[in-house]
Amino acid sequence: MKKKLTALALAAVLACSLCLTGCGGGGGDTLTLNVYNWGEYISDGSDGSLDTIEAFESWYQETYGQEVEVNYTTFASNEDMYAKLKSGAVSYDVIIPSDYMIARLAEEDMLLPLNFENIPNYQYIAEEFRGLYYDPDDQYSIPYTYGVVGIIYDANQVDEADVGSWDLMWNEKYAGKILQFNNSRDAFGTAMYKEGIDVNTTDKAQWDQALESLLEQRPLVKGYVMDEIFNAMESGEAAIGAYYAGDYFTMQEAQADTVDLQFYYPEPTNYFVDAMCIPSCCQNQELAEIFINYMLGEEAAIANAEYIWYASPNSIVYDNETYQADMGEEAMAILYPEGEDFATQYNQLAYRNLDNDMLDYMTTLWENLKIN
Amino acid sequence: MRPIAKFYTALLFLFLFAPILIMLVFSFNGGNSLSVLDGFSLYWYKELFHDEDTLGALGNTLILALCAALLSTLMGTAAAVGINKLRSKYMKAAMNTVTNLPMVNPEIITGISLMLMFVFFGRLIGMRTSLNFGTMLIAHITFCLPYVILQVLPKLRQMDPALPEAAMDLGCTPLRAFAKVELPEIFPGILTGLIMSFTLSLDDFVISYFTSGNGFETLPIRIYSMTKKTVTPKMYALATLIFFVILLLLLLTNLSDRSDKDRDDPRPPKRRRKKTHAPS
Amino acid sequence: MNKTLSQEKRRVLRADHLSLAPYTVWAVLFILVPLVFVAYYAFTDDNFAFTLENIQRFFVSTSTVFQEDGSSQEVRTYLLIFWRSLKLAIISTLVCLVLAYPLAYIMARAKPRTQKIFLTIIMIPMWMNFLIRTYAWMTILQDTGIFNNFLTLLHLPNIHIIGTEAAVVIGMVYDYIPYMILPLYSIMAKMDERLIEAARDLGCSSFGVLRRVIWPLSLPGVISGITMVLIPSVSTFYISQKLGDGKIMLIGDVIEGQYVANNLHFAAAISFVLMVLLLVCMAVMRKLAGRRVEGGL
Repeated sequence: MKKKLTALALAAVLACSLCLTGCGGGGGDTLTLNVYNWGEYISDGSDGSLDTIEAFESWYQETYGQEVEVNYTTFASNEDMYAKLKSGAVSYDVIIPSDYMIARLAEEDMLLPLNFENIPNYQYIAEEFRGLYYDPDDQYSIPYTYGVVGIIYDANQVDEADVGSWDLMWNEKYAGKILQFNNSRDAFGTAMYKEGIDVNTTDKAQWDQALESLLEQRPLVKGYVMDEIFNAMESGEAAIGAYYAGDYFTMQEAQADTVDLQFYYPEPTNYFVDAMCIPSCCQNQELAEIFINYMLGEEAAIANAEYIWYASPNSIVYDNETYQADMGEEAMAILYPEGEDFATQYNQLAYRNLDNDMLDYMTTLWENLKIN
Repeated sequence: MRPIAKFYTALLFLFLFAPILIMLVFSFNGGNSLSVLDGFSLYWYKELFHDEDTLGALGNTLILALCAALLSTLMGTAAAVGINKLRSKYMKAAMNTVTNLPMVNPEIITGISLMLMFVFFGRLIGMRTSLNFGTMLIAHITFCLPYVILQVLPKLRQMDPALPEAAMDLGCTPLRAFAKVELPEIFPGILTGLIMSFTLSLDDFVISYFTSGNGFETLPIRIYSMTKKTVTPKMYALATLIFFVILLLLLLTNLSDRSDKDRDDPRPPKRRRKKTHAPS
Repeated sequence: MNKTLSQEKRRVLRADHLSLAPYTVWAVLFILVPLVFVAYYAFTDDNFAFTLENIQRFFVSTSTVFQEDGSSQEVRTYLLIFWRSLKLAIISTLVCLVLAYPLAYIMARAKPRTQKIFLTIIMIPMWMNFLIRTYAWMTILQDTGIFNNFLTLLHLPNIHIIGTEAAVVIGMVYDYIPYMILPLYSIMAKMDERLIEAARDLGCSSFGVLRRVIWPLSLPGVISGITMVLIPSVSTFYISQKLGDGKIMLIGDVIEGQYVANNLHFAAAISFVLMVLLLVCMAVMRKLAGRRVEGGL
């Protein structure tokens, strides 16, 4: 009896798991598209929004009469994705890395030039987002989101007088309440912007100087965090933290009653673009391009922008009135600051790809910071 | 049990279940925070059932764990039988050392070492996707195997070696003798091994992280990837659901156990007790 | 008659070897060969030319560490990190042992049915992946978290736990204590109760029984429990990131960091050294614990 029941239980688990994975993909004609993106970085149909991947699958079948299955997987960081891609042991059709990683991939011949005939929706990408440093000839990438790093603070804990620059994150008054990035590039970035150092310098002495600044900050830091920042800021556990602009709204929505989160851009600060590319291991370039094109289309692009809360370089998104209304005035003002020439600022301040020697040096400095 | 023992056990179990309690509470959160409660709602459960990717990842995790558990139990049991009958002292010692290796080796090293090998051979034979479901399965089987062997081996040692010989003297083939005589004796060990490897596979993140590849995303990898954006209470809702499903399954097995007991049991009580000696 | 018997025996022997064959092949392919790869990567550079540089780097790299009074000190980076990881892992292992030992004893003495229920209760949390359980611990331990709210309720001063070594130890103990309970329990369940009764009858105190009878008999379980908790604790990288607030860097974090920075060869070198050091540790421990342990889990 017991044996039977155990067998029954196992069978139940097996049946469940088979159902969950969708009982196989039907006939042999099904095309597969492997998409590799950041975690939580595409509209997934929550809260009545559009599930863009599912929408693509059904749209494709209607248009081309063939079934396509999108195999969507996620990575935690650019470097994570690079490690997998570089190993040569994986095959993806569409990836969405950040700018400096695109420069690196292009340099190492790991990207395919795009055929823009398959991507007519590229016309909606605003002029300012073309020809950026990482892809000067617009060969390899199509911007997906962009943003600026800003400082989020709890107005109930922080004096308005201290606010305005990077110095807030080094202010001894708030010892134990400050959050720093747990990602070497971004953490060194904050120190370099504060000290007025070029974030792409190859002068090791300047990197040492940035380390000194971070070491000085270390006793004040509550923690080196990534996604944990959401919890810490929402609950008032921390008072100050630097993160990507759009995420501020997610935190604000969930903040506790005793917390009043505010946001500002320190000067200078980091500008970033995450863009869609096709890696050289791609197996169906045309399908990948059709997918990219679909993601640039009105419905999908707006759904994604609303889900991610980052600024969109797509004019049919930011000119859309429903989108503007959904986001609200404050969000529009922060996400799309007026009167700034994005391309100039961006090319000056964005992270560029560092060579292996510098990357290694940065990793060593980072370890030095962490063991203190 | 003495009261103090009861108190102590309760305290430890509270420690073990504290985070699960937190998940339970926050899965009903009306807001999207994991630290600030904002009213009661079933929102995240609703979301969970619409989220095909997460459910798919759960399905992948279960399939992987199930395959890994079944295959490692099969191979591990056979291996234990073989090891038990080895005559040479050196062979025995060698097999024991190799079996122990994955256990005294940090999982991060097991993960990295397998990844390096898969990638190397993948390149050698020019495979496009040498990291995939298969490599993850191999990795999981590899770290589950020692646990199965170490569950089954002691049961084999407890058994009287004359028994299978007697069966064969009476005309049984070796395979038949194994099935009729040895298997029932060691079955509790096999079952514990199976459950343990299933559990270990479900709980693993590190090895999966290094050996995962194309198009096969398991739950832990999905959760780990959420480091730019945040983990939502949806994941807690998922964990809570898993918890209740297990609870239900356990209750069912327990109830059936009871009805088993109610019937008169032809087996002598001594053997029954032996069966409950779970992992050893 | 005799001839057929020996033939029969040979067939049995062959069957036994046959049953061992898949595992042997598997073990060589997926346990031994991968370790060769770690060694291979550890001793080569990016162009796969032999080098000792990576191994050397582990031992000689230095960093400057600042004391609270402002003075600074040169330290060996990776040796210090390894030492810290080992320290935290040993503390966690000892805490696990102290907590698990009484529970395993209580379980082993309980009714068979209760034993089974307890075992299941211990396994259940592991069915929810440890990433998500560790996440929940953040909610409990943070300054404004459940634990401190509870202290406030009792009018006790709050304690700052998250981001300290204590938080990391709590996380390790929580995640790995089942690996201590299970081997301890299984060895204690096999213990002959008559031995304990005999010791009592001969006038041994409760403590004496524990020290002279129960403890020595449970030693194999203790050793395997220690192994199974110490090893994952030394090399963890998620717990320190989440519960250590990213401020505590363990050797696992370093390996993962180097892997992500695409320094595969150095990551392999650290892994290789770590592996050798741990194997030596384990061998010494087993030797110290004596022969009794032979064949333990």
